[in-house]
Amino acid sequence: MELFANQVLAGIATGAIYACMALAVVMIYQAIDHLNFAQGEMAMFSTFVSWQLMQWGVPYWGAFVLTVAFSFAAGIVIERLLFKPLAKAPILTNVAGFIALYAIINSVAGLIWDFTIKQYPTPFGSSPFLGSQLISTHQAGMIGITLLMLVLLFFFFRFTRVGLAMRAAASLPESARLVGINTSWMIALGWGMASAIGSIAGMMIAPVVFLEPNMMLGVLIYGFAAAVLGGLTSPFGAVMGGFLVGIFENLVGTYIPGVGNELKLPIALALIIVVLVVKPAGLFGRAIVKRV
Amino acid sequence: MTAMLNVKDLRAYYGQVQALHGLSFSLNEGSLTTLLGANGAGKTTTLRAICNMVRSTGAIEFEGKPIGTRSTENVVRLGIAHVPQGRGTFTNMTVEENLQLGAISRSDTKAIGSDIERMYEHFPVLKQRYTQQAGTLSGGEQQMLAVARALMLRPRLMLLDEPSFGLAPLIVRDLFRILGKINREEKVTILVVEQNAQLALELADQAYVIETGRIVMSGNAKDIANNEDVRKSYLGY
Repeated sequence: MELFANQVLAGIATGAIYACMALAVVMIYQAIDHLNFAQGEMAMFSTFVSWQLMQWGVPYWGAFVLTVAFSFAAGIVIERLLFKPLAKAPILTNVAGFIALYAIINSVAGLIWDFTIKQYPTPFGSSPFLGSQLISTHQAGMIGITLLMLVLLFFFFRFTRVGLAMRAAASLPESARLVGINTSWMIALGWGMASAIGSIAGMMIAPVVFLEPNMMLGVLIYGFAAAVLGGLTSPFGAVMGGFLVGIFENLVGTYIPGVGNELKLPIALALIIVVLVVKPAGLFGRAIVKRV
Repeated sequence: MTAMLNVKDLRAYYGQVQALHGLSFSLNEGSLTTLLGANGAGKTTTLRAICNMVRSTGAIEFEGKPIGTRSTENVVRLGIAHVPQGRGTFTNMTVEENLQLGAISRSDTKAIGSDIERMYEHFPVLKQRYTQQAGTLSGGEQQMLAVARALMLRPRLMLLDEPSFGLAPLIVRDLFRILGKINREEKVTILVVEQNAQLALELADQAYVIETGRIVMSGNAKDIANNEDVRKSYLGY
């Protein structure tokens, strides 16, 4: 029983990484109805920016705030330059755009900062959290930050006019325009927010996986798995999905013989497929009630 | 009376297909005008062209200003509320959120709360259901909500696209009574597109008849209702 409890706790700790990333994935999905394959690379690039700032002597939280602001602006710029012209293009065109963006950001980061692994600091320290060897203060801090972002997003979407306008633009663009919402800017804003959330995810994840241009490769797939599991329409679901994927991955690795570290990633992929087949809306996705 | 909306030589296109062939009409301030016509005559396209939701040429002036090149949201922000065909309800949001969205472009945020209360007076059924997901409302209730949402803009002009579609006759009567009241009491100029010609002509003071993208008849609603051709074609007696 203690083994089980420990594995769940460790799962929650890794799940926090996925939850963080899934939150960014859901943000962009809400705004544009697509999964952004370059999301992980955008987060990686932001993390490098914060690292560079710290190398120049900016203190951690200063670099943190500057990076979030930079990422927000960069997300908007990417949308305006690359994806606004593709707004009416077929899905495949957009997917090609995402993949191109992925490759470009990855290479540019490698060009500027090279591909060697770098240490990345944590503001929370890395001692055991409350005496547990399974969860460090950094992981606890990361869980805290993820939950804080979730609460802020909830309040933003539920109680602010901009949040309401963004939801309207995402669910019914034509009706949104007919109440005077500039839907095009709402999409740009969604990109900015997703990029900012992604940068926070990157800065939280980097101390765990080390900083290098390919650090987000696996994380993004887990993030997709978490978002699909929780429901792509629900930020809350994405975070819960992240923790569940983390726990599930750990338990399978512990109790099913033969599933070592090598088979952990296929578990995430299998999970995506099973959820899409069995419950496409995800665990917490809102099934829309419709009267016909 | 001055013309609030002036449409001249309006031509609209869906891809290569031309749907409107040089349509001209005007709306007087404070009037309640109906646009009648058969299926496919171009009624919906006319409304969509005013809000720049379809490619069109020609001149559209609202309160003396040309609006033909404005984007949909910027046309709406001038005070032109459009209740589209199919109502455009935000079905996954609550009734109250739908009303707030109607006022989303307004800058006088303080008055929005009292306006929502006013809508609940016009449409008591919405008050009973204000926390409910709008998609769970009946067709009639959703149409009431769509009209209320449009009014939340505090529009100068309201465009309604077949508000009676799919509704029970009693509910249609109720809806049209409320539209008349809004027109008189809140001084909102209304243009209503209808297939239910009889009711629309009872309600309206001006009427236009449209056939294959052209205006074929215009005038006082009573005169149009008494016109023999209109009676045979649209009223069925």
